Amino acid sequence: MIEFFLNGEHQTLANADPNLSILEWLRTKMRLTGTKEGCASGDCGACTVSIGSPDQTRPERLRYDSINSCIGLVGSLHGCHLVTVDALKQEPVHPVQKAMIDCHGAQCGFCTPGIIMSLFTLHTARHSDALLAQQPVPDHQLLEALAGNLCRCTGYRPIIAAGRKACVETWSPAADQPQPLSGPDWLQAPDMIAALTRMATQRSGLEEVATHRRYDTPLTVAELRSLRADHPNARLIAGGTDLALEITQQLKDLEHLIAVDQVAELKTTEIRSDALYLGAGVTYRQMQALLPQYWPHFAGMLERLGSLQIRNKGTLGGNIGNASPIGDMPPALIALGAELELDSTEGVRRLPLESFFLDYKKTDIKPGEFIRGVTIPLPHANDQLLLYKISKRLDDDISTLLGAFWLRFDDADRTTLSDCRIAFGGMAAIPRRAQATEKALIGQSWDAHSIAAAVAALASDFQPMSDVRGSADYRNTVAGNLLTRALLETTRSHTDPALPLTVNDYA
Amino acid sequence: MRKLPSHSAQTPTSARGVAGKSAHHDSAWKHVSGQARYIDDIPEAADLLHAAVGQSSEAYARILSMDLSAVREYPGVVAVVTVDDVPGHTDIGPVFPGDPVLAGDIVEYIGQPLFAVAATSMRAARQAARLAKVEYEKLEPVLTTEAALAKQFFVRPSHSQLRGDPDRALANAPHRLQADMHVGGQEHFYLEGQACLVEPTEDAGVFVHTSSQHPSEVQKLVAEVLDLPIHEIQVEVRRMGGGFGGKETQAAPLACISALLVRTTGRPVKFRMARADDMIQTGKRHDFYNTYDIGFDDNGLLQGADIMVAGRCGFSPDLSDAIVDRAMFHADNAYYLDQARVTGHRCKTHTVSNTAFRGFGGPQGMMIIERAMDDIARHIGADPLDVRKRNLYRPGRDQTHYGQTVEQHVLAELIDSLETSSDYRERRTAITAFNRRSPVIKKGIALTPVKFGISFTAQHLNQAGALVHVYTDGSIHLNHGGTEMGQGLYIKVAQVVAAAFQVDLERVKVSATRTDKVPNTSPTAASSGSDLNGMAALDACETIKQRLVDFAVQTYKVEPGDVTFSNNQVHVGTQAFGWAEFVQQAYMARVSLSSTGFYATPIIYYDREAGQGHPFLYYANGAACSEVVVDTLSGEYRVVRTDILHDVGQSLNPEIDIGQIEGGFIQGMGWLTTEELVFSDEGQLLTTGPATYKIPAVSDAPLDFRVALLPHSPNREATVFRSKAVGEPPLMLGISVWSALRDAVASMADYRFSPPLDTPATPERVLGAVTATRRFAGLNDTASGAAPCKSA
Repeated sequence: MIEFFLNGEHQTLANADPNLSILEWLRTKMRLTGTKEGCASGDCGACTVSIGSPDQTRPERLRYDSINSCIGLVGSLHGCHLVTVDALKQEPVHPVQKAMIDCHGAQCGFCTPGIIMSLFTLHTARHSDALLAQQPVPDHQLLEALAGNLCRCTGYRPIIAAGRKACVETWSPAADQPQPLSGPDWLQAPDMIAALTRMATQRSGLEEVATHRRYDTPLTVAELRSLRADHPNARLIAGGTDLALEITQQLKDLEHLIAVDQVAELKTTEIRSDALYLGAGVTYRQMQALLPQYWPHFAGMLERLGSLQIRNKGTLGGNIGNASPIGDMPPALIALGAELELDSTEGVRRLPLESFFLDYKKTDIKPGEFIRGVTIPLPHANDQLLLYKISKRLDDDISTLLGAFWLRFDDADRTTLSDCRIAFGGMAAIPRRAQATEKALIGQSWDAHSIAAAVAALASDFQPMSDVRGSADYRNTVAGNLLTRALLETTRSHTDPALPLTVNDYA
Repeated sequence: MRKLPSHSAQTPTSARGVAGKSAHHDSAWKHVSGQARYIDDIPEAADLLHAAVGQSSEAYARILSMDLSAVREYPGVVAVVTVDDVPGHTDIGPVFPGDPVLAGDIVEYIGQPLFAVAATSMRAARQAARLAKVEYEKLEPVLTTEAALAKQFFVRPSHSQLRGDPDRALANAPHRLQADMHVGGQEHFYLEGQACLVEPTEDAGVFVHTSSQHPSEVQKLVAEVLDLPIHEIQVEVRRMGGGFGGKETQAAPLACISALLVRTTGRPVKFRMARADDMIQTGKRHDFYNTYDIGFDDNGLLQGADIMVAGRCGFSPDLSDAIVDRAMFHADNAYYLDQARVTGHRCKTHTVSNTAFRGFGGPQGMMIIERAMDDIARHIGADPLDVRKRNLYRPGRDQTHYGQTVEQHVLAELIDSLETSSDYRERRTAITAFNRRSPVIKKGIALTPVKFGISFTAQHLNQAGALVHVYTDGSIHLNHGGTEMGQGLYIKVAQVVAAAFQVDLERVKVSATRTDKVPNTSPTAASSGSDLNGMAALDACETIKQRLVDFAVQTYKVEPGDVTFSNNQVHVGTQAFGWAEFVQQAYMARVSLSSTGFYATPIIYYDREAGQGHPFLYYANGAACSEVVVDTLSGEYRVVRTDILHDVGQSLNPEIDIGQIEGGFIQGMGWLTTEELVFSDEGQLLTTGPATYKIPAVSDAPLDFRVALLPHSPNREATVFRSKAVGEPPLMLGISVWSALRDAVASMADYRFSPPLDTPATPERVLGAVTATRRFAGLNDTASGAAPCKSA
């Protein structure tokens, strides 16, 4: 059985198909049709809902995050407060709704419920902090909140205007609304928080009686280990932002899912001697808050990895286990020399991340194993990590290629490169290092001459393919050009520091 | 009515929300609260079935056998039908035949529907539909425009428009240039996919809820497929979650297939396409292959032009005849071509049949002449804006290549005004200086105009009907033939009605478009929605008003001129009655308070044989100035600022018009930049969802986006309240972004080279233009300060 709240009301579910998406459940079982299906692949945002769960830093409160309900499975709702647009019918109208009306932010209206929920979630987050509530929302944060919501009618200008306007307005629904949505604090109702806190420690799951399809939710690594051993053919779901596409796009009926998102030990992030350890269950959103502290380039890269809805759900372990040839995190982690930790009843196995990927969508994972975490060596004084994501569209797009450059210089002047690891996604069947290129650079002076030699060497490292995202020629050319960009960026102070180097400098 | 409703006495106030005011969309609150109902939100009957179709896996083949036993046996499947089960017409081509409702012996594109399944869930129907075993005999497909041109393989005959002697003009011109380009297609990507819900009626007919821009055509085609009189079929469209032309003809097959399944099962059937199926099975904007041969003087003034536009129509004619016509009509955009020949080809390929999309061929036609303007400028070393301005239609140079005279010259002043308000010249200077200093990032700017002809080019479609009822409480019900797809048509026409009676907008309620309220309607397309339906509604209001005036004249013994409508009142001589009160008086005196209205656009005609005529009632105009930054290492770019000045005549609703302009611009920009349809060598669409097909997202909108309506510009034609159509024209403002990208890249050769840049100008194509420009400039990597670039 799973337990959760929907728009303030307690719900339980036991006999249900684990392949059922939250969206389908809302629309077909609950007949709540406010939430729309635009793509069923997590790319358009029309299905955006807000998920409340106990805040790790303020356990007495719920934090709300936007997700795509079309690729969220219903089993993942255990212990959550699911808020949909259908809840927002109070008086006075929520500021986000009022501003969207006032600014003419809806035309055909089909993407609008998703936009409302993205803005509602942003508004809720800002208003959970008395200080932020008064301040104008930074454009950057507003665009981040909306980047996963496609609108085909408006051109976005009025939606942006509505977001700016709404975020500084407070909302207190009157107390005389129909229960349980009444009162200013229905999103933080103490009874509900107490119930959700209780649920977090309870084992949950689904089983459809007719088909015996199952959704298991272990709470500890030990449980996960034994489930994994007992059911080697079950699929692990760690966010499911890619796995769910097998259900919604390929129409597969998955027989057995083991969810790792309730395993607290997999959410660990800590410094272990001079390395950073990240549990496999850490979300992109959490990594966004952490990684740029050590490697600033992660900020720009992670912001363009999927959308906020995806980053709230997708995990490090899912990204690695999924073994996409691009998979933005793996090339970055390979460049950083990260080590992967695999766990099973046989014990823990560690290996360099780069040797985990064998071939297209094929990894070295053994039956019964699961990804436990990743250890990343912390940077030294003269280390630099550069991450360049290239895609057709800037927001929410899968990379055509991603170049990751870990550079260790001899000194602060960056005259000589003493070591480097260069990895690319999108250049081969797996994310992989450019070893000939590295060799051409290590020990050389860091200048245009060495870069030219490295570009020449790059040709022997990769024979990329042509696909919908770009031709092999384009990939080869840009991979080489990114070496030049790396040189220019690291030596920018010698030229004109004011001159922009990438179009993101105009963000 | 035994007893009249009570009405509270109202103090006279000027009518609120009438035409010209920025009233909110009539569904605004429903949109933001999730209560606006789309097809899939309509409460489902307990015995509802869901439809899906089996798709061809071959681009061109003969079907040898089709084994559907696994489909029929799949759990949940209730019925499976093929073309053999169709009682009536099997061809549902909207204008010309060629669109089988389900495939017969031959398939002509990958994804073509072969058979239809009805099952108890959508998932079961879709899963079952994949289980057919089909044997094909493969035939040799034609997949590209060039291949079709080479084989003269067309869905409709080619056609030319000729003015003067272009061959001689070209031969004698001081300068002559020739070029060709590919202009990409575009997926509509309406957020609400194609959907319909069809219910059996108590007779043999069906009631169709559909997301369609053309309910009357859906009605007619369903009737033909079921072999029933049209009156047995009713079609209702409350709203669409976006249309953009993609639901003009493409909604009908779903309704026809569902109706067939209703006929077979006796149960209601819903057919909602999953996104990938929608993208594979429904038509898109035509991609074009265009060429020009132009002659001009030292100042860049055109003396002659020979232009060819060839659209990839896909496997059937659909609307392609008129779409390529419109590309031809707009191959001049805003410029006097002088001696000119424009030829259009309608290429047949074994791909999905392309269809209407905002602009209807016009944008693709404009691209070739806008490319020419840039190319002329680089050739003579002038600013492209100056070349554009020089070539504008103006008195004396005002006849198009199809014989229509441009009568209202709006653009010269409009461009001057935008040039000033956007600081074009200052920014041009600053950009040129920046580009000299900046090794990697280059900036570009372009100011491009749009002149777009308004009217359906098929004359008979330029008609509309409306129905207006006034009830005894003074509330007004309005229905018209136009459909609401987000463009605000319902509210605009309601505003027209409120203005006609001079009552508050809240008194007017628009109901869903229905074929049994207003019959024989035209599609809501060609930007004509408010022009046509606004006038028809106004006509109905005038009829009712005339009856009220007659009643007042008779009752109060006044002259007709003494009866006026204002401030929510009817003034009769020296007396004034509240609107509802006066309506009740008329009712009691047995005056009819309901009327139809009708409108047919005057003046227009086109002799297609001669290629000459007056196909448009008027032109809509606008211009945009866009500035971009381009990364010459990756080809990535961003639009940093766009200024738009657009002519909507006397606006019916300024905020809604601005919304159309902004949205049209972004959609046009997307078409020309990131929206890339990729087909495999076998003709299979590979970009079948938003993961691979990238429409603009929020950060793609210009960081600085300034849009204004041209003030004091009433339409000189007698349109509804002197407004101008606004649906399509702004899309072509997006061309400014494409031209600005070329400008940025051209800077790498000191603006002496006009880089070819086919569309969509993805980062990859932009990098290709960078490479070509470097090659022209003979630049090596050190001289440019950037890296070597292999060809992209």
